[in-house]
Order: sequence, then structure tokens, then C-alpha cells
Amino acid sequence: MSELIAPVAPVLERPARMHDGRLRRTLSFFGHRPGLLVSVVVVFLVGVSAFAPDVFSSQDPTAGVPAENFRAPGAAHWFGTDSLGRDLFTRVVHGAQLSLRATLIAVAFAFVVGGTIGLVAGFVGRWVDDVLMRLVDVVLSIPTLFLSLAVVTALGYGTTKVAVAVGFANVAGFARVMRSEVLRVRLALYVEASRGIGARWWSVLGRHVLPNSIGPVLVLATLEFGTSILAVSSLSFLGYGAPPPAPEWGTLISDGRNYLANAWWLTTLPGLTIAATVLATNRIARALDGELRQW
Amino acid sequence: MPRYVIRRLVQAVGVLWAAYTLSFFILVLLPGDPVSAMAGAGADSAPVDPARLEALRHEYGFDQPVPLQYLNHLGHALIGDLGDSVATGRPVTQLITQALPQTLLLTASALTLAFVLGGGLALAATFSARPGVRQVLLSLPPLGVSVPTFWIGLMLVQFFSFRNQWFPAFGNDGLKGLVLPAVTLAVPTGAQIALVLAKSLITTLDEPYIGTARAKGAGRRHVHLRHALRNASLPALTVAGLLVGQLMANAVVIETVFSRNGLGRVTQSAVSTQDIPVVQGVVVYGALVFVVVNLLVDLVYPVLDPRIVLAPRRPVVAAV
Repeated sequence: MSELIAPVAPVLERPARMHDGRLRRTLSFFGHRPGLLVSVVVVFLVGVSAFAPDVFSSQDPTAGVPAENFRAPGAAHWFGTDSLGRDLFTRVVHGAQLSLRATLIAVAFAFVVGGTIGLVAGFVGRWVDDVLMRLVDVVLSIPTLFLSLAVVTALGYGTTKVAVAVGFANVAGFARVMRSEVLRVRLALYVEASRGIGARWWSVLGRHVLPNSIGPVLVLATLEFGTSILAVSSLSFLGYGAPPPAPEWGTLISDGRNYLANAWWLTTLPGLTIAATVLATNRIARALDGELRQW
Repeated sequence: MPRYVIRRLVQAVGVLWAAYTLSFFILVLLPGDPVSAMAGAGADSAPVDPARLEALRHEYGFDQPVPLQYLNHLGHALIGDLGDSVATGRPVTQLITQALPQTLLLTASALTLAFVLGGGLALAATFSARPGVRQVLLSLPPLGVSVPTFWIGLMLVQFFSFRNQWFPAFGNDGLKGLVLPAVTLAVPTGAQIALVLAKSLITTLDEPYIGTARAKGAGRRHVHLRHALRNASLPALTVAGLLVGQLMANAVVIETVFSRNGLGRVTQSAVSTQDIPVVQGVVVYGALVFVVVNLLVDLVYPVLDPRIVLAPRRPVVAAV
């Protein structure tokens, strides 16, 4: 028995030491990139407010105190209050839930549909590739917002519908990247080898092609996250998102529009929140796209 | 050269056809009954008289099978008839061509401004000898692409129209009314141009011919503007061509911010009344502008770089 235990002990010890080194490396990685650290914190905070808004604000985002309307930002109301006396900070925090959910749906839709199209086009090749890629070229030559508006016209209003519209408009980009990665991987030696030893096409696809080509598509997904937040907020600014009392970020800004002259915070602060979130996700996307190798 | 242009024109027509087809199928095949939406004109529709629904269905040909509808509409579109607006009854082409000049004017001035601002920023950043200045200038473009465009517009209105009444906040009147929307639109586009141009300038400045030009005694500024900029501008030009579509789409949003007449107002009212022919027309015109601009960009390449010979190739639609 002791023979069996003996080699185990050093193995148990090693991860601890590795962990120590990794921690130091992580610290120095972020130490050289304070912007990235801030970005991670911002995205974390937005994520928390999306999934557990009560952590930051336990108030009701739709209930206001009419007597306390148009209060400027201060200790009692961090972001001030709106025309109905609702706390703007609470509304922004709860709005993260709607806006982030829409963004996630949009990115997931574009990722799954676009990725599948690109995978099929690249893997099957021949006329299937030609047809799919022509289609993708066309979609790319229609401005994404117009495409989204067409989908919104057909589907109607609402957070999820807006999300699908934004995702639909971004499908082409994902298809393109996925296809070019699949084409690159398909010619690799290990794919040829696995074909050579008689692997079935689905196992070649699932075990070799997909895992090796998904990386850049995932990076694109993080990049698209920022643009999707902007697109979703544009559509909800135009009034196609959730109906009025819902505090979607774009809707908050469009609500505040009418009070530009007397309540600057109603437009400025939700806009800054959007900008900070997009900036942070873009920074993280840029880190994933190369910098992580220097970890 | 003429053969190339003809080829590209044929391609452009193909793209327009495909845009028409795609928007047709999005609008007609996706769930949601267009006719009852039209009759109800909006989200909360009261029950509508079934006979009236039937009449509308017949009038717009929705009672025919979809392929037949499509061929019918396409035939009309080929002779320049995109149908009539459901809400106003006016021909779609007339509605759009009336609104388009305002939007194109806005888009063009924003693009010019974006070139000046973005180009200037990239040049200044790469020309500056001080690392601090360079760092600050290069950190601006990522900021510019992260900010919602409509929000920039509202901030400008707040500052330049409400605090200091320098520019009008609303309307189409004259040059003064154009300034704020154009600046608003120029920010994200200019930022993207600056990103690409700065990157391409940095790589170009490492090229051997830059060293040669310097060694021959050319001044720093001369080398920067004459030798480097010209060669570095090609990627920026490509990106600018690709950004025009996005710029025009943003213009539609910004027009509603500044309550300007133009494609934005047409689009917004069409989407809210589910005016399918108009929405489809907007999509097709959007694709048209994009295709034309990118054709122009391709024709400008050989002027900037004589090494480029126009040759048949696939359209440059790369991920930015």
C-alpha cells in the first residue's frame, strides 16, 4: 500500500506550487494591464447586476416617489431620479438584466446559426459552399441596422425579438470566420491522418475540425458582444424594445431625451453605463485575441 | 478596365436582387400576419372586420402562394416599382427618393468629417515624437467606437444647443443644422478610420523605402505625408467603404435624434406601422448605396497605388 501512496504525495504537492506561480503570473499580467483589470471588474459588476440586481439595489425599478422627481445625483440617489421620482441607478441596474439578456441572445443566435453555416460551407465544400457564401456576401452588403429593422418589422416589438433581429444581422460575419477557419483546419495533417485511419466524417468534424477552428469564432463572439450591446440599445432607443416601464438601457436614454435641458443625468448616466460596458468587453476581446499568450 | 467595371456592375445588380429577395422572405415568411398588422396599424390592434382583412389580403396579393407573390413583386421591382406604401398609399420609390437626398447629404458630410478627424488623429499620433501624446491619441479611437452614437448626439445637443445656444437642436435648416448630426455620425466612423490608418501607418513607416526617402534628405513631415500616408491610406479607404453602410444606418437613428426629415423618419414610421413595402425599399436602397460606394472605392485604388491593376476578383467584403 505504501508503495501506492508514496508517488501520490509529490503529485499533490505540485499543483499547490504551480498555483502559487500562476497567481504571481496573473498578478503581474494584470499589473501591466490596469485597463484590462478595470474591464474585467466592470464586466463582472454588469454581470452581477444582470443576474442578481438586488445585490446593488433592492428598490423597485418601476415604483417612484412623485414628490422626489428630478433629484440630481447625490448620496440618496446615485444617478438621480426621473420625472416620476424613480431612482435612476436602480433602473440602470435592473436594465442590465434586459439589455444583457438581449445581447446574450443576439450573440448566441449569431454564433450558433453563423457558426453552423460556416462549418457546413467549409466542411462540405463544393456547391454548398458556393451557395452559402454568396448568401453571406449579400447579407454583408446590407447595413446591419436595416436588416435588424426588417426582422423587427416582421416579428414585432420586444426585448427577445430585438435580440433575434440583432443576432440575425450578425450571422454573416460568424459564418465567414468559421468557414475560413474550417478551411484552414481541414487541410491540416492530423485531419488527413484521422481520415486515413478510417474515422467517420462526424468524428473528424467533432473531434478535430470543430475544436481546432472554434477559437477565432469565440474571439469574434466576444468582439460582437460590444457591438451587439450598441445595436440592441439603438433599437430600444428607437422604441422597438420592451414596452415603457421596462428599464432597458436604450429606452432609459430615449426617456431622458425630453428632459435634456433640466435633467442632464437622465441621458448622460445610462449612456456612460453603456459606453463603459462596451469599452470593457472590447478590451477583454482584444486581450483574448492574442495577449493571453503572454500570460 | 471597362470589362472590369461591367463585371462589377453585373455583380452589383446581383447583390441588389439578392437583397430584395432576402428582405422579401424575411418580411413575408417570418411569423406575424402582415395584413392584420396593417389593418390594426400597430401593436394593440382592435378586432378588425374579417371582410376588410380579406379585401386587404387580396389587394396586396397575400392570398396568392408565396412563390407567385415573389415573382409578381420582383417583376414590378425590375421596372423600378417597389410597390405602394401601405400607410400613405404613395409609391415607395417616390417616398424614398424624396427622403434620400437629406440622408445622403448628412452621410456624405459625416464621412468627410470622419476622414478629416480620423485621418488627422492617426497622422498626429504617428507623427508625434512624444510617447505620452501618442499614447493618449491612440487611446481615443477605441473610446469612440464604444459609445452609442445616438447618445453622442444627445450630449452634443445638451451642450451646444441647450447650455450655449450655438447650434439648433432640431430640424433641417441649412448648414448650421447639419453641424451637430454630422459631428455625431463622424465620431464612430472617424474612430474606426483612425484605428485602421494608425495601424497601417505604423507598419508603413517601418518599410525600407521610408528609410531611403529619409536618407535622401527628405524632411520628416514630407516623408510622413507624401510617402507613408499615400501607401497607408489603402486599408483605411477599404474600411471607409465598408463603413458607409453602417454610417447610413446610423444616420437613420441620428435623424430621429435631431428630428430631421430624411430616410430615418420614413424608416421609423414604416417599421412602427409594419409598412412592409417601405421597409423593403429601405433595405434595397441601403444595399444600393453600399454597393455603389464600394464600387467607387475599388475604382479609386489604382489612382492611389499604380501597382494595383483592376482585375476581376471577389468583392472586398472582409470582416472589419
